Amino acid sequence: MTILQGWVVPGLPHPLLTPDASPGYRRLRDAFDQAAARIAALQPDVLLVYSTMWPSVIGHQLQAHPAPTWVHVDELFHALGSIPYRFTMDTELARAWHEANERRGLASRTVAYDGFPIDTGSVVALKLLDPDSRIPAVIVSSNVYADRAETLVLAKAARDAVASTGRRAVAVVVSTLSNRLFTDWIDPADDHVHSAKDDEWNRKILEFLGQGRLEDVAQLSRTIHREVRVRKVVSFKPMWFLSALMGQHNHHHGEVLAYEAVHGTGGAVVGLTPTGEARGDKEFDEDDVEVWHGHREVLDPVSDEDEEDVPTPPAPRAPEPAPTRSASVTTATAAAPVGAYPHARRVDDLLYLSGVGPRQPGTDAIPGGPIRDAAGAPLPYDVAAQTRACIGNVRAVLEAAGASLADVVDVTAFLVDMDRDFAAYNAVYAELLGPVGPTRTTLAVRALPTPIAVELKVIAHVPLGRDAPRST
Amino acid sequence: MAARGRIVAGLLAPHPPHLVYAENPPQNEPRAECGWETLRWGYERLRADLAQVEHDVLVVLSPHWQTYVGWHLLGVPRFESLSVDPVFPNLFRYRYALDVDVALAEAIHEEARAEGLVSSMMRNPDFRVDYGTLVSCHLTDPAWSRPIVAISSCRASAYYGVDVMQEQAIALGRATARAIEASGRRAVLLSSNSLSHRHFTTEGPLPEDMSREHITHHGQHLWDMKAIRMLREGRTRELVSILHELTTQAIGETDAGSLTWMLSALGFPTQGAELYGYGTVIGTGNAVMGFWPERAA
Repeated sequence: MTILQGWVVPGLPHPLLTPDASPGYRRLRDAFDQAAARIAALQPDVLLVYSTMWPSVIGHQLQAHPAPTWVHVDELFHALGSIPYRFTMDTELARAWHEANERRGLASRTVAYDGFPIDTGSVVALKLLDPDSRIPAVIVSSNVYADRAETLVLAKAARDAVASTGRRAVAVVVSTLSNRLFTDWIDPADDHVHSAKDDEWNRKILEFLGQGRLEDVAQLSRTIHREVRVRKVVSFKPMWFLSALMGQHNHHHGEVLAYEAVHGTGGAVVGLTPTGEARGDKEFDEDDVEVWHGHREVLDPVSDEDEEDVPTPPAPRAPEPAPTRSASVTTATAAAPVGAYPHARRVDDLLYLSGVGPRQPGTDAIPGGPIRDAAGAPLPYDVAAQTRACIGNVRAVLEAAGASLADVVDVTAFLVDMDRDFAAYNAVYAELLGPVGPTRTTLAVRALPTPIAVELKVIAHVPLGRDAPRST
Repeated sequence: MAARGRIVAGLLAPHPPHLVYAENPPQNEPRAECGWETLRWGYERLRADLAQVEHDVLVVLSPHWQTYVGWHLLGVPRFESLSVDPVFPNLFRYRYALDVDVALAEAIHEEARAEGLVSSMMRNPDFRVDYGTLVSCHLTDPAWSRPIVAISSCRASAYYGVDVMQEQAIALGRATARAIEASGRRAVLLSSNSLSHRHFTTEGPLPEDMSREHITHHGQHLWDMKAIRMLREGRTRELVSILHELTTQAIGETDAGSLTWMLSALGFPTQGAELYGYGTVIGTGNAVMGFWPERAA
């Protein structure tokens, strides 16, 4: 599965139609041109476009006309001029995405009608990011009622489709940051972001994106919506989509090419390129979801508050494969991971813990002492104290996931010196985990990533319903 | 001196594209075998009554021309194009040719500005007329025998709340009435909106399968009936005073300002409206109703 790059771009037509009406529009246009050059250099097979300016009601719609052609006029900024276009759609990918949507429980359809009104945002993005219309595209609507779970599943279905078709894709989400327009006409030379608060939030979002922290911004989407978004037709969900499409992590190189006001809104051109490095600590505040389980709660008017707590009733249909419940757990009550992994991941009733050592949360101190100094010289250490600390950290992760030591069903233990340490380790283990009775395997290894003597790999059985408090 | 213009009818004319689909007019490409008859037959009765009233122009305010910088009016004499509903493209792919009463549109525009509203003329000939305008006008006058004036829906409610939208729509109604009076036109106003407006989020394989059709939830029905009763009893000021509640509790399409605008232009009539039909369309509540100011009470 290959998503080469992701872009966040504004959809208002000013950078396309009147780039020289203000220095800000010109800077946005220049940033679009830069983005177009970078995309062209990647030679992608397809542009995946998610536009907040294409609302849908019946599920999600995918543009599948092979060559949509029209002369578009924006319903508000019609005086700026007309936009003739002829695009090429990747109809095979659109169909694959539609099928993947249905497999994951989403209502979905392709649309392939002459004269279908492609929204201003998609038109602007495609005209500016692919000026010669050389790269096929697929455009997806933003469902008015879709919440975070549905949007994540939509993106994961897109990943399925990209993988199954072997495409090399560039993702584009069309959205302003703050979206409050001035309610009167302005001189473009006087354009500015509507309020200092909007501007401050926009800059915070861009600071995160500039650090590649896409999943962190996604996790902030509800807050961003409350703080700087006027509720029009579609809520703020593009970061949910983009992050889920790009793997739900912060391992990106982020680059803000421009940030400018467009009739009071905050518009930015931001590129995100996957890297192997984590930039900042990812914090999952909400469960992950693989399959859309139910209908939208149509009896509730959608409001900011309601979106916080939308119930998900049992699935009315049984998609294949069978739905699983998967969520990661990260907690400040255990030592920080030394790599890009959570403390634990839950899949249905089972909780899988990453390897747990004796390091202490916050200080990284090693009870019983490290086994070597910074130069690699051996040091005396107490493996019993290290084992006790390991099991204490296991308990902390379990409790963060709503479980306890009593739920442990399997342990794999790693010792760096079996001959020296087994007996002491075994005694502490027997004291703390013996009564629980999990299966156990003990292995000797040459080294562990930090100067410790023992590490435990644990699986626990935690029935659904005994959920964690939120990750801390 | 030209005769004073007047409003000869004010119609609540909802715009579900499903009704045009079910009518199978020559302008629309998809074909249906039935559907939503109570509403369509309601429109038939409305058209029969309208045929008895001389009129020069239809003035329509549609929720599906959404503008966030004031109110806009079509300002090009003629439009011919294809309209494809972005939400229900399977039902509505409609070829239209219509004339615009630009002079009246400009007069309303000027009066709106005099009311302190932000108003703009839409002069781009490539502009595609929104499907709300098209559906309401088609169902009122399928032959497009008269010119129209089309007004956008300023979504002030998104920025300030329903009450500010109401104030603006009332002012626009006053402006519209003054412009019509000065123009000498005999005008029919179309408030292009449903009442309650919570959609279903799925659609059956046969869109006109009436076994699936019902109001989305009982609360919507209660609000719809309350609004219809008040309109039939001529309690229009009272209705506007509680429209905030209808709009928020029944997710009313009254958020567009069109009903408020029309009632204001009619001078908040105390003579009751006639109900021609009520029905649900994908779970929304739709009433076809008419105020006839020149009818004897």
